[in-house]
Amino acid sequence: MDNHNNIHSLEAKFEAKIDSEIKIEPKDWMPESYRKTLIRQISQHAHSEVVGMLPEGNWILRAPSLRRKVALLAKVQDEAGHGLYLYSAAETLGISREELYQQLLTGKAKYSSIFNYPTLSWADIGAIGWLVDGAAIMNQVMLTRTSYGPYARAMVRICKEESFHQRQGYEILISLSRGNAEQKKMLQDAMDRWWWPALMMFGPHDSASTHSEQSIKWKIKRKSNDELRQDFIDATVLQANYLGVNIPDPKLKWNEERGHYDFGDIDWEEFWNVVNGNGPCNKQRIKDRKKAYEGGEWVREAAMAHAEKRAKRKEEKVA
Amino acid sequence: MKQSLINYIFQLADNKLILGQRLSEWCGHAPELEIDIALTNIALDLIGQSRNLYSYAAELEGKGRTEDDMAYLRDCEAYRNVLLAEQPNEDFAYTIARQFFFDVYNHLFHKELVNSKDEQLAAIAEKSLKEINYHIRFSSEWVIRLGDGTEVSHAKMQTAVDDLWDYIGEMTTMNETDRLMLAEGVGVDLNKIRTAYFHKVKEILAEATLNIPEEEPFQKGGKDGLHSEHLGHLLTELQWMQRAYPGAQW
Repeated sequence: MDNHNNIHSLEAKFEAKIDSEIKIEPKDWMPESYRKTLIRQISQHAHSEVVGMLPEGNWILRAPSLRRKVALLAKVQDEAGHGLYLYSAAETLGISREELYQQLLTGKAKYSSIFNYPTLSWADIGAIGWLVDGAAIMNQVMLTRTSYGPYARAMVRICKEESFHQRQGYEILISLSRGNAEQKKMLQDAMDRWWWPALMMFGPHDSASTHSEQSIKWKIKRKSNDELRQDFIDATVLQANYLGVNIPDPKLKWNEERGHYDFGDIDWEEFWNVVNGNGPCNKQRIKDRKKAYEGGEWVREAAMAHAEKRAKRKEEKVA
Repeated sequence: MKQSLINYIFQLADNKLILGQRLSEWCGHAPELEIDIALTNIALDLIGQSRNLYSYAAELEGKGRTEDDMAYLRDCEAYRNVLLAEQPNEDFAYTIARQFFFDVYNHLFHKELVNSKDEQLAAIAEKSLKEINYHIRFSSEWVIRLGDGTEVSHAKMQTAVDDLWDYIGEMTTMNETDRLMLAEGVGVDLNKIRTAYFHKVKEILAEATLNIPEEEPFQKGGKDGLHSEHLGHLLTELQWMQRAYPGAQW
């Protein structure tokens, strides 16, 4: 069999697996572009978790009650945990966490643009849980069935925790909706600021999305950006009504014929602007991540040096 | 007796809340993800323990106040934590040194407190002790790793130990509240744990190849409400929402 045929048969085998819903595992042969797409997507997801710790971490010290403080700490800690599983899932594709992290710090790798918006009030912590985690869950539930085994399995665990976070966020907002005038104002203000960026989380329109088609073919994704966005809006409107908040979209309206809500135009100029580094907090987020990374270098070096000393002493003892 | 018991509970609870708040400052900013998770775990444990204690103090007081009133609406002079707990993070070496100095005390203290005549305190101590066993392991291991790591880490760790040494005596020094509670069979005899405290501290510092400061730790006052300048700033941040929106429910 010549090389050309060989590749062809491997590809055929890979595609047969995808077609019959058999997960691709780390040691299986896979097309280079499938591997690259996954590394890009999983690491972006991991980076989003660790950058996402920052806007929420911004309110840990000021959380308005001990119960809320503990819940927020635990939530941000979960995100660090999600970052760890996802970096591990990416490592099964033959790249190190260190290399991936460098891509984040140098700006080569992206993370979810939503975290480039600031958390200005306590209500933002509720809005992030409800809208941002809610939007993320739409995507992540789909990813529990993604074709790459380690990613799908990481996602199952992450989804459980995320839906808990979403409920927690919504509950923060329920308290505000039952509170005094200042609290209600805080709630509406957060809604006004987070609604559109949350819709942007699903990415560009299907017609403008560069990676989507191939990803759906490989069953990395199973729904398009626009389908997921519509699912999210349909699920969220009722929850907003229950809170008594106004969704800042005058065109939002139930469409009986489609069986979905119609909604207004997303400001794609803002979207690309934030993606390209001009959001309110892009620079600040990366600066904070760099500061933690560089500030921790001596600690990581010390841990390595100590482990080596220990191993050497043990060796000498045995000898 | 009741007021002394409440004061005693504040001494315990405030240590935990203030140190928990300090550790929370690291959340999202630690040297690596695993350390971030571990520090947050300890913060969660300590704040959780403080909540049990505040609720108990509120119940004893019987004025319908809550754990949040205790944490959010007392000013500096009413706080009873030791000065060590409120010292700033500075860098990872300071954070570890502060944690280690506190954990050694906290561990010995809770091993005694489980025998308290006050059943509620004994039960809280029992539950806390399991968590503190983990804390002391974590902080001791890091003192050793950093002390016996690189030249840089050794120097940073030594500076942290030297600077914080001055604050460690207060934890095992009896004040009036401690004496009263000891007499009632509720509190812990700090004189009894003092020797063990310094023994353990010196043992770990020696293993970490660090110099043991010779001077007598001098600073105290926190347990009687006389604090360093740092506490006011910490409380400003911690209490801001409750002060800015009085009476609001969150």
